[in-house]
Amino acid sequence: MTEPKGVPEPLLVMEGIEKAFPGVVALDGASLHVAPAEVHAIIGQNGAGKSTLIKILNGAYRREAGSIMLEGQPVDFHNPQEAQLAGVSTIYQEINLVPYRSVAENIFMGREPRRWGLLDRGRMNRDATAVLDRLGVHIDVRQPLSTLNIALQQMVAIARAISTDARIVIMDEPTSSLDEREVEILFDVIRGLKARGIAVIYISHRLDELYAVCDRVTIMRDGKTIDERPIAGASKVELVARMLGKEIGEVRRSGATGFQHRGARPAGEVLVEANDLQGAGLDGASVAVRSGEIVGLAGLLGSGRTEVARAVFGADPALGELRVRGKPARWKSPRDAIRAGFGFSSEDRKAEGIIPYMSVRENLTLAALPALSRNGIVDNAEQRKIVDRFIDRLGIKTAGPDQRIRELSGGNQQKVLLARWLCLNPSLLLLDEPTRGIDVGAKAEIQGLIDELADNGLGVLMISSELEEITEGADRVVVLREGRTVAEFDHAEVSQDTVMHAMAHGDDEPGRRDVGTSGSPAVEGDSASRSVGAVTASASPGAPMPATLDEPGGRR
Amino acid sequence: MSQSAGQVTSSSLTPSRLATSGLPAFIRTFSSLVALATLVIFNILFTPNFLAVGTFNANMTQVATIVIVAVGMTFVIATGGIDLSVGSLMAIAGVLAPMFLLDARQFGAPAVGLVLAFVAPLLATTVLGAFNGTLVTVVGLQPIIATLVLYLGGRGIAQLLVNGELRELRNLGSPLIPSFEFIGLGQVFGIRFQIIIMLVVVAVAAWVLRATTFGRYVLATGGNPAAARLAGVPVNQVKMAVYCISGFLAGLAGLVVVAINRSADPHRVGEYMELDAIAAVAVGGTPLSGGRATILGTFIGAMIIQLLRFTLIAHNIPDGITRMVIAGAIVVAVLAQRQRSS
Repeated sequence: MTEPKGVPEPLLVMEGIEKAFPGVVALDGASLHVAPAEVHAIIGQNGAGKSTLIKILNGAYRREAGSIMLEGQPVDFHNPQEAQLAGVSTIYQEINLVPYRSVAENIFMGREPRRWGLLDRGRMNRDATAVLDRLGVHIDVRQPLSTLNIALQQMVAIARAISTDARIVIMDEPTSSLDEREVEILFDVIRGLKARGIAVIYISHRLDELYAVCDRVTIMRDGKTIDERPIAGASKVELVARMLGKEIGEVRRSGATGFQHRGARPAGEVLVEANDLQGAGLDGASVAVRSGEIVGLAGLLGSGRTEVARAVFGADPALGELRVRGKPARWKSPRDAIRAGFGFSSEDRKAEGIIPYMSVRENLTLAALPALSRNGIVDNAEQRKIVDRFIDRLGIKTAGPDQRIRELSGGNQQKVLLARWLCLNPSLLLLDEPTRGIDVGAKAEIQGLIDELADNGLGVLMISSELEEITEGADRVVVLREGRTVAEFDHAEVSQDTVMHAMAHGDDEPGRRDVGTSGSPAVEGDSASRSVGAVTASASPGAPMPATLDEPGGRR
Repeated sequence: MSQSAGQVTSSSLTPSRLATSGLPAFIRTFSSLVALATLVIFNILFTPNFLAVGTFNANMTQVATIVIVAVGMTFVIATGGIDLSVGSLMAIAGVLAPMFLLDARQFGAPAVGLVLAFVAPLLATTVLGAFNGTLVTVVGLQPIIATLVLYLGGRGIAQLLVNGELRELRNLGSPLIPSFEFIGLGQVFGIRFQIIIMLVVVAVAAWVLRATTFGRYVLATGGNPAAARLAGVPVNQVKMAVYCISGFLAGLAGLVVVAINRSADPHRVGEYMELDAIAAVAVGGTPLSGGRATILGTFIGAMIIQLLRFTLIAHNIPDGITRMVIAGAIVVAVLAQRQRSS
């Protein structure tokens, strides 16, 4: 995008890269310029196209348009092995090695040194030791890989990459399974690679790391390269703003979303509060939702947004305190949460939302079946009435209730999935990216619907990567960072700038990196015991599943 | 269908589109019906005595046990699983039943022995189905591995129960034998009783899959287990239940086979049944990937395979060629369904 001036003779130039998958355009004119001996970061939201771009570079995918020049020569790799031979090595998030072979065998797998046609084990072990020594790793290369910890295994993967005389090493989320000390070791290794003239392409969603080790950063959004700049001098807020496609200090365009009533409705009782959630991706997150309130859950990728919603819904195990209408609760499965009047829609409609081969009708009534059946037999007349009513009320465009849901557009699928909960007359909806991948019109409709439901007393926890949705839709915003609740704003305090600052830095003060270990208190009445997973009392909320299936929210 | 997937525009809401999107299951069933009808007509024209009562009974007798087992298999496959243990479970049920007939006098009234001869084997195979389900859900094994355990071990159990010996029913000397054999050899209004059992099993299963919450849960579990769980479907209980159903129906088929043969052979009862059942399900139009299922299709699929085999044997085609033709028919059937459903 921007001209790579001041960069001495580029090592790698990718221009105008395009790639589409069935139904999605993954890359739409992406570019990447990497100089020799440069550590180059690629950042972007989920789905921005980072991984696709890398896979096109190393031959795992084929591009549909665009050019790749390596040291001034056009290249076109058909598979990662070809790329590796040409000096482009990739280290994946999941380490791609054989656990029960020795360290040396892993490093030289597929190109073992031979003498008279036989494996020259002595030379292989000596060479492997030499490669690892260069990385500052001193281990016995004859031991099986499985005896090493993850960090050392990663070193072996790097050793494997550079042993092929790599000129570019690609690292995709290399620190995701490392602890702080191990991250430091990795950074030292990266600096060592740089000193030896090897370029590193570094993909991470941990912004702090970029400042520690990277020289330049390419920012991607919606399959395009948005910006490329030196990392020095770029503030975290700036990077976040570019990733989200916002300008700092941008005037809020009111009416850009379908939300109308933010801050204008009286919040009711506390429906759910989760305190100090711990688990995979969670490290002390707290959140509370009242009835008649939309709580926006903001945070960067990997901040624990989805994990919070899933924990509150009982979809994944997590430790911490969960209270439903003030009473301690513990879910064994989502079924328990549904009985308590909760509903959850996943950010991944295809993987966790629709049942593709079922009809619109069957998808819509899936969660309501217990209420819709007598003695286990589905009441068809009642089902038809409800399905017709919601198709009409939400304006679901379908050839008919018997059409398979996978034939619907994304927006209409999402409406069906919302109706799946609304026909249960729920008290709380957990909506993870409710408008992702939906066209503009349907988006505004769904936003308007959420708004109206909250007006009618529904509690909503809404996760969104789109700042507007959070700032215009939410009555209250909770910001997560690295699995912790780091800030909370009510509707009067919310602006895109404040939320972006909190997402990038963890609190209001730019530049301050460390936040207290416990998440900022999100909930009043925190007096209760830290009754972690041991609480076995089942939830007995005031309003369990309604016997009758009524209009969402009861009234219109 | 594939180009327009994901987008419904006003132009796509035409009557023809409605017809194709709403009725694929019917069309699939219909194509296999055509194949079945072709086989029947061919045999009427070219096979002597095809319409004789004896021929009809022979064909239906052979297909009945396959259909009963294949119905259970259809439920398992609908959840995305598979059950290789059905043949061995048939053998276990088969060798258990004579034990209760033999010792009938111990139970006071003879009727108790007769009832136990039916109930105990069915209970046993249902519990073994639950064992399969536990391996799949709690232990988390792949269904093909989980049910391989009883495929191998189950026949071993059957052999151990009778010391590997074949048991002739008439040698038991029990007055209950004729009553027991009724399920295999008896007739109601001139129809073999096992055919009635088969038809009842098919009808009930088709209704359960179509009209009940459980049926919906089975298809949701196979169609997208993660989404089903988030919608409150008790995915693990559903899987457990389908393996129990498969075990129960395998046990029932085992009893029928023993009654027909008037003997219980731990080595031969239910041999290769798992493969016959899976073939019937596949030919019938239920994809092995789960999420879609047709009981009627399975019934027709079993009939097609049976008639194909009968036709080739009746015309003195060598066994080797018969097997290859059946294999070819399975490939054709599955390919035809894949074209229609994608």
